[in-house]
Amino acid sequence: MRDIRLLPEPFIPGALIEPFTNANPGLGGVCTFVGEVRAEDSVEMLELSHYEPLTLPGMEVLADKAFARFDLMGLLMVHRVGRMHPGEPIVCVSAAAAHRRPAIEAVDFCMDHLKSAAWFWKRELKAGAWSWIEPRAEDYADLSRWD
Amino acid sequence: MAVTIVFLGPLRDMAGADAIEATAPITWDGLLSAVNPKVAEQLRDDRVNVACAGRVLADKTSLNAQDGDEVALLPPVSGG
Repeated sequence: MRDIRLLPEPFIPGALIEPFTNANPGLGGVCTFVGEVRAEDSVEMLELSHYEPLTLPGMEVLADKAFARFDLMGLLMVHRVGRMHPGEPIVCVSAAAAHRRPAIEAVDFCMDHLKSAAWFWKRELKAGAWSWIEPRAEDYADLSRWD
Repeated sequence: MAVTIVFLGPLRDMAGADAIEATAPITWDGLLSAVNPKVAEQLRDDRVNVACAGRVLADKTSLNAQDGDEVALLPPVSGG
C-alpha cells in the first residue's frame, strides 16, 4: 500500500493512518510521525508553497528510494501545502513492515529528506508581517546521515 | 508561444510576480537578462536551481528553453 499526497486542506492524521494500517494485512509494525506547526514566537500562520511539476514527483521518487532501501509493506506520505495555523498537522509519514526497524528507519529517512531535499518553501506570519524561513544547517546534517 | 519563467519562494517577492513570459528560446544568458538584477544575482548563487520543462538542470548554465517550456527558478528549500 503506497499513498503519497499533497493536501491543500487541513487533515486528521488518524483518519489516514487507520485505513493505511488496515490496507497492509499481515504487518508486524507501523511507525508514524506527525509534524505540526509549532506554536512559538508568536507565529500566527505558516504558508507552505510548492512547485506542482516537481514537488509531488519528488515525493514519489523519495518513496521509491524508501521502498528500495527498507523492507517495507506500505508507505504513507502526506504533506500539507497552503496556509496553516499553529497546532495543525503539516506532515504525516507512516511506514508498515513485517518488522519494526525498517518501519522506524523508513519514517526517519523520509522525514529527513522531506525537511531538506523536497521542493517546499516556507514563510511565517508574525505581527502581521510575512518572512521567509531560511534552510537550517541541522537539516542538511540530518540528511547526510543517510549517505 | 513563449517561455514562462516561474519564481518560487522568496524569489517571487524579489521578482514582484509569480511568473513572467519571455520570447523563446531562452539560454542562461537570456534568463539572466530577462529577470531583474536582484533575481539575476540570486540565480548566480550555487544553491539556486533551475528547472526546465519539469526537470531540474544538473548544470543550469546549459539552459536552452524552447517555445512552450516552463522555466522554474528554485531557491534553497526551507523544509517540510
